[in-house]
Amino acid sequence: MSQDIILKIDRIDVFHGTFQALWEVSVEVRRGEMLALIGANTAGKSTLLDTISGLLHPASGSIQFENHDISSADPYRIVELGITQVPEGRGIFPEMTVLANLEIGSYTKRARANCAKNLKKVYKLFPRLEERKKQIAKTLSGGEQQMLVIGRGLMSEPRIMLIDEMSLGLAPIIINEIFRTLKTVRESGITIMFVEQNVRKSIQESDRAYILENGRVVLCGTSAELCEEDKVKKAYFGI
Amino acid sequence: MHGDILTPLVMGILLGGLYALIALGLSMIFGVMRLINLAHGDLVVLGSYLSYALLSYFGLDPILGLIITIPVLFGLGFFIQQFLLKRAFAISAEAPLIIAFGIALIIQNGVQIGFSPLLRGITTSYSMASFNLGSLQFPVSYLLDFIVALIVMLAFREFFTRTYMGRAITAASQNKKAAQLMGINTKMIYGFAFGLAMISAAIAGTFMGMTFPFTPVSGTQFLIIAFGVVIIGGLGSLLGTFLGGLILGLVQTLTAYYFGSATQMLFVYLAVLIVLAIRPQGLFGR
Repeated sequence: MSQDIILKIDRIDVFHGTFQALWEVSVEVRRGEMLALIGANTAGKSTLLDTISGLLHPASGSIQFENHDISSADPYRIVELGITQVPEGRGIFPEMTVLANLEIGSYTKRARANCAKNLKKVYKLFPRLEERKKQIAKTLSGGEQQMLVIGRGLMSEPRIMLIDEMSLGLAPIIINEIFRTLKTVRESGITIMFVEQNVRKSIQESDRAYILENGRVVLCGTSAELCEEDKVKKAYFGI
Repeated sequence: MHGDILTPLVMGILLGGLYALIALGLSMIFGVMRLINLAHGDLVVLGSYLSYALLSYFGLDPILGLIITIPVLFGLGFFIQQFLLKRAFAISAEAPLIIAFGIALIIQNGVQIGFSPLLRGITTSYSMASFNLGSLQFPVSYLLDFIVALIVMLAFREFFTRTYMGRAITAASQNKKAAQLMGINTKMIYGFAFGLAMISAAIAGTFMGMTFPFTPVSGTQFLIIAFGVVIIGGLGSLLGTFLGGLILGLVQTLTAYYFGSATQMLFVYLAVLIVLAIRPQGLFGR
């Protein structure tokens, strides 16, 4: 694997039962980049993230993460290796406190030793979480819940963070605030791959992007390249 | 006559502790896995028979015998979850209930073959003794039951709130996908949780056996008591289970005191029905 590429998804086919959701999908994720995954609701973006996380397994093709073949690995193993997903719909543990949610993020053996240290870092990134640390998670606002699950993801000391539909139901101000925080996260060396509904925002905030349509990769490139693509212009910007 | 009400009052509370302990495993498994374990009562009775066997054949004191009954039932619980229930869950929502029912039948008939349908009891030097509270006398076994119930429930609470494993089980019960994404091995967690519920069943069975006589079909009675407790207290809440047990115990003893012992179970069931009608999720249920 080239030193630049941290995650290599090679021509995977993924099925939900008998329905094929992904067709020969290949994606390369480069170390330290901010990668966007764009596409309509049924394009297969969440399926791809769930497959990387081990919740689903490809019927063919392979997934390599830093020289480990994780194609058939269990989800907990993949977290241990260094890929953490912040799922669609946030995925808080609703009846647990903010602090308990964050602490469970350090569940893996690797992260447990640094729980206190990482907690400080997360509080620094999201001071609001420290203010509300004794509050029950389900009583937080949407934006605060999103911060909580990103913070929780960071507690697991990931090398790659996958974020699924972060901005659903959030006000633009909050979305921008979170993206700014993600930039800081990136500067600490974590690679981020995110799925976003807002195409313009996705291309704006990412270095590179993949566009999925009906379970296939139809376009990929840097933000600059994609902005030039007629297809993107027509379909998403209405030009 | 008024001083006498203290007797059923204290007895009700002590008994309630035991009832809560019996219900604990049922409440836990529902809270974690959303499964109503129809075999729960019979698994408690299995604990009673195991303790009885260790006492009869080896002269081992039942409390000391917990060193054996606890791991045995933990292992059994782990096995049931990992090899039977896990597969049943994959088949349909009803399949695990049927499997649980099947396990109940197997246990009932198994202990009947092994121990005959005769009434059994776990008798030790202290299980028949009584102690004095002022001018009143109470069975030591009742007090022991209550103290043990308190210890077990506090221990469970500490486990679920302070240990990583306990918190992982709690998290998995609230959002399984998110738990998996945090590196929790949910394949193992459920087995462990079931095993834990079985530990409480082993303890409940042992102390139940020292307090009341039992037969192979006592499991059904225990299940009904457990159901009553969790309906009143709410499923999945430790505090609810404890208070539900106390309420059940008090209803039983107080109505026996006022209306005679023939009616006590009637009033218990009435209480359960009332709670079901007014607040179906139980006093502390989610």
